[in-house]
Amino acid sequence: MTSKISIAGVGRTFDVKGGPFTALEGVDIEVADEEFLCIVGPSGCGKSTLLRMLGGLDRPTSGRLEMRHAQPARPLTAMIFQEESVFPWLTVERNAAYGLRVTDTWRGKESEARVDYFLGKTGLARFRKFYPHQLSGGMKQRLSVARAFVTNPEVLLMDEPFAALDEQNKHLLQQELGRIWEENRSTVVFITHSLDEAVLLGDRVMVMTSAPGRIKETIRVPFERPRDLMELRRTPEFNALTRELWALLADEVARARAQEAGRVSGAAGKVQFDAEAG
Amino acid sequence: MTRRLLPTWLLSPLVLLLLWEAAARLGYIETRFFPAPTTILAKLWELLGTQGFWIDLGTSLRRMFVGFFMGAIPGLLVGLAMGLFRPVREICQPLVAALYPLPKIAILPLILLIFGIGELSKYVIVAIGVFFLMTINTFAGVTNIPSIYFDVARNLRASRWKVYLTVALPGALPGIFTGLRVCMGVALLLLVAAEFVGAEEGIGYRIWWAWSVFWVTNMYVGFAVIALLGFLSAYFVDWLERRFLPWQRRQS
Repeated sequence: MTSKISIAGVGRTFDVKGGPFTALEGVDIEVADEEFLCIVGPSGCGKSTLLRMLGGLDRPTSGRLEMRHAQPARPLTAMIFQEESVFPWLTVERNAAYGLRVTDTWRGKESEARVDYFLGKTGLARFRKFYPHQLSGGMKQRLSVARAFVTNPEVLLMDEPFAALDEQNKHLLQQELGRIWEENRSTVVFITHSLDEAVLLGDRVMVMTSAPGRIKETIRVPFERPRDLMELRRTPEFNALTRELWALLADEVARARAQEAGRVSGAAGKVQFDAEAG
Repeated sequence: MTRRLLPTWLLSPLVLLLLWEAAARLGYIETRFFPAPTTILAKLWELLGTQGFWIDLGTSLRRMFVGFFMGAIPGLLVGLAMGLFRPVREICQPLVAALYPLPKIAILPLILLIFGIGELSKYVIVAIGVFFLMTINTFAGVTNIPSIYFDVARNLRASRWKVYLTVALPGALPGIFTGLRVCMGVALLLLVAAEFVGAEEGIGYRIWWAWSVFWVTNMYVGFAVIALLGFLSAYFVDWLERRFLPWQRRQS
């Protein structure tokens, strides 16, 4: 099997006040082409750092990170961030078109159709001339999903894209994302706090340890697609799987908490550092 | 809201003018020092018919705008460069921090010494004041852009120049407009100061001259014209901002 993404022995150490801080250590991941990989882990375990490396926004301090760029005509990655990231100075349609325009890969009618298609899929077609300050939080997040899909990347990188949304919006967006992805397959690396979300969307779910982040366990999700969260929740298999994941995760969350407490009391007077900040 | 706003903002100046007028007419204030608004208005009307008034106004406007652009454009470029490039920031920041608080009026004698008493010294003093304000506000505008927007652009493979053009510049525009607004006032202030001490024409010169010959009403006409210019330039910047930054959240 050829891998789309090969991560071998990757580590990342930050220089912070009070000495080096190791966010990631010895991470090995292979992601297959068109695979949907979910990563869960306690906060501060370096999962955002890992994603930023894949997105070309950071570099490992050790190990090797390779992505196979199969079609040079398509961009390799597009990221969807947890925070609000749509440009306030562009209209909805300009935001959606940004990735194509900024790389001069805008192809007139064809690109327009692509923007239309994804604005339609994300329910924003009617708001195309609006500016982001006129949209709700959920709409803005849908717009950043559309912006990423419009570029047709080989790899989609999502960093807790729905974490800031309310429960109802989150639920709808998870369903929509699943559907859009099934129609427009690409490799996905998806970071989340939510075990339900990971199981709903992922082909595999990886559990990371608390800092320094490593891969603790990988679990394959056996459910057929298309999946529906409400249906899945009624099955014992789903419950068994999320319970198993939680058992793996619970220790790490507890350890991460203890580390945080240690960092606060141990580093009295020193500046605190959050590996996921920035 | 807008319909109610108009009388509300007009209310306080109108009340003040009415009180002033009444006090002047009833003899509560010395009209040699504080002529009634209607007297000032009549004088203004009279002066509007003279050629000298328009020459003074035109001269002052020209000095203000030439000086403004001489300062604003370099200030904008330096501010952007400081925000985007660390070496530029490290070189310029101490200089700007040290020179900015220096009252520009204090260096007016030096400017006159270097550039003479002619037009150039007026342009230069206005330009210097505008330059620092524009630099600082543009710089702040760039540094206040959330880093997430740069991350998005870099992740989507925007070239360095495209990042500047599509993120840094539009992101800094609110700061740039704040700079423009403040600069308009400062340009007017420095211009009038410069015209007080070394000029043959201009509104500032006319005020100073009216004082020296004790034509108090003419002095007030000068004040009124300057106030109106300040108001109009602020309004102009607001209009530009509404026109070019339709994406900004506004309370209205």
